[in-house]
Amino acid sequence: MLAAGDLGFLMQTPNYFWNYLPLLLQIAVAVGLASFIVLASWLIGRHRPTRIKLSTYECGMDPQGDARGRFSVRFYMVAMLFILFDVEAVFMYPWAVIYRKLPLLTGSRFFGFWEIVVYIGFILVGYFYIVKKGILDWSNDKADL
Amino acid sequence: MNQFLIFILLTLLKIAVVTVVFLTAVAYTVLLERKLVGRIQNRWGPSRVGPFGLMQPLADGLKLFLKEDLMPSAVERPLFILAPIIALACALTSIAVMPYGRDIRWHGVDMFQIANINVGLLVILGVTSIGVYGIALSGWSSNNKYSLLGSLRSTAQMISYELALGLSVIGVVLRTGSLNLRDIVNLQATHGVLSWNAFGGVQIVAFFIYLTAAFAETNRTPFDLPEAESELTAGYHTEYSSMKFAMFFMAEYANMINVGAVATLLFLGGWSSPFGHLFPDFGGPVVHALLPVFWFVAKVFCFLFLYVWVRGTLPRFRYDQLMGFGWKFLLPLAIANVVVTGLVLAVHG
Repeated sequence: MLAAGDLGFLMQTPNYFWNYLPLLLQIAVAVGLASFIVLASWLIGRHRPTRIKLSTYECGMDPQGDARGRFSVRFYMVAMLFILFDVEAVFMYPWAVIYRKLPLLTGSRFFGFWEIVVYIGFILVGYFYIVKKGILDWSNDKADL
Repeated sequence: MNQFLIFILLTLLKIAVVTVVFLTAVAYTVLLERKLVGRIQNRWGPSRVGPFGLMQPLADGLKLFLKEDLMPSAVERPLFILAPIIALACALTSIAVMPYGRDIRWHGVDMFQIANINVGLLVILGVTSIGVYGIALSGWSSNNKYSLLGSLRSTAQMISYELALGLSVIGVVLRTGSLNLRDIVNLQATHGVLSWNAFGGVQIVAFFIYLTAAFAETNRTPFDLPEAESELTAGYHTEYSSMKFAMFFMAEYANMINVGAVATLLFLGGWSSPFGHLFPDFGGPVVHALLPVFWFVAKVFCFLFLYVWVRGTLPRFRYDQLMGFGWKFLLPLAIANVVVTGLVLAVHG
């Protein structure tokens, strides 16, 4: 139990995880509200389904085959590249948070800067490679996928 | 009453007020867009329901609730129902970590921010990423060719621009040295316009990248290919009807407000007044508490206005142009911005 007047805990507290309670509540409210809307609209609206009404919409034509056929491999490539570069971006956040304290911690003003230059340099090699491969040229059919 | 109970009750109060205001804002953003696009195209826009058409969102909402909620026979039911829930819930969550006013305590609880956590910015980026699932799942579960193509396009577009968006934010984090949105705003609240990150903080390039990526993230013109009507009828929500359709619509407008609010917090000083530092003693305690909320809302409103203005002005990109712009221009520019910001901060200390 918390002592009275102990609510300066919002940032600096032994009970660090209390800070996250409001966020959890908000998520609960958001999910609850969304589910409620789906349920309410299902209950309120009338239901008079017919076979035609429930068929897949293809602009009034009879649906042909299944929708989940093959599609361009480029979407897959983009998803893969996204993961690579997103991991790179995520690694930069901790560096960015501590950047202005690095001169004091390391004794060198440019330590943090050269570190990230080396890191980004490696990434740019990979970036240069995928650009040369033509993977980012969406309309180029001869790209080396 | 003990302190913990007060804390929980006040938090619930804040969540209730913020969510209601947010949903109302979403509804009226739709009206704002229809009105403004109407005026841009030299017509009136909605004007029949209530004075100036102000009751239009209520009428639309009521109509959508009463519509028949179809469950097409070819869909994957659990995912088909889950998709709009994910989309809307994610859109309603990120508001929780945004400070919309000064840090004013009542019974020891900060009344102008729901959750003051030190990874606020990461929460926003993470929740936005989860929102992509809503769109990807809706397209796949619909078993409709238009939906699938729309959702594939949309997903590829959103993840591509998410890179530039995530990297553009790093310049601001470098300056602040914190992911806490209160810290980020407080640093910009000292000298009015001159201390805002977009101007005095010289993150104007990052601001441009963020703004462009935000348009793409929310699937708005000129990046609204997922909903290119002439090619894909309605895109990923073609098979949805009644409120399930409306939930995707609400999620889109809620996300517009979200990215506008984040841009305000990161680059335009959040709740800080553009010239407030010149009048430190202006007004009583009530004005002192509520004026920042006004500035925050006003800045977000400017973003919404910009959104509609751009929609009324610019044509749609071609898909290869869209991907090329994101990967070959915005991404290198964002990386360059990080390096230059780092260099400047290292030189100036």
